[in-house]
Amino acid sequence: MVSRISIQADDFDVSMEIDALTAGSGDVGAVASFVGLVRDEKKSLSSMTLEHYPGMTEKAIGEIISEAGKRWSLLGARVIHRIGNLLPGDRIVLVAVSSAHRGDAFAACEFIMDFLKTRAPFWKREDTAQGARWVDARDSDDEAASRW
Amino acid sequence: MIRVLFFASLREALGSGESLACTPQIATVAQLRDQLAARGDKWQLLLTTRNLRSAVNQSMVAMDTVIKDGDEIAFFPPVTGG
Repeated sequence: MVSRISIQADDFDVSMEIDALTAGSGDVGAVASFVGLVRDEKKSLSSMTLEHYPGMTEKAIGEIISEAGKRWSLLGARVIHRIGNLLPGDRIVLVAVSSAHRGDAFAACEFIMDFLKTRAPFWKREDTAQGARWVDARDSDDEAASRW
Repeated sequence: MIRVLFFASLREALGSGESLACTPQIATVAQLRDQLAARGDKWQLLLTTRNLRSAVNQSMVAMDTVIKDGDEIAFFPPVTGG
């Protein structure tokens, strides 16, 4: 399995990333992808700042992908996570997985995303007109990861 | 020496981190946390942060993990990426 992880401030092009994941391979029969966006649930968000732990982030995501590769038959995996200042509607994260058949790609994509949410060292700070606050972790994210 | 790092709300309050001498009194992650918290005031955050997480050499670990000379130990709140 070929995997690539990027932590970057810049936006990404989903279609280009999927093309790169499948290029030159006649073996890929399925690609499943997930894109996470900055949500402004309470209509009060001016921006969001993403902090991470350089070094550990790449290592943690690498371990999650490698675990997914043991559970499902995968051909490739691509993870991009943005850091720095982001605006409502901006893309934050991409997880794309390629495999011969759709079942493996669907499951692995969700697995990688669930564990990224609970194991990869990123933190969101919301900036609003009333000041900045760190986003609290959600119990539902732990539950999502524990079902695997 | 050991390297201590803080992230997110802990970094804002305590700074990005520091190097400390590795002493027998700091044998585990929990002992390091307690020793730093004993500085008082804002350092109490290490005890009051809900579900405080820690990593040793960039892997998440339990608080009873043993520390050795040269380790990098990080404290942070539960992660909220994705």
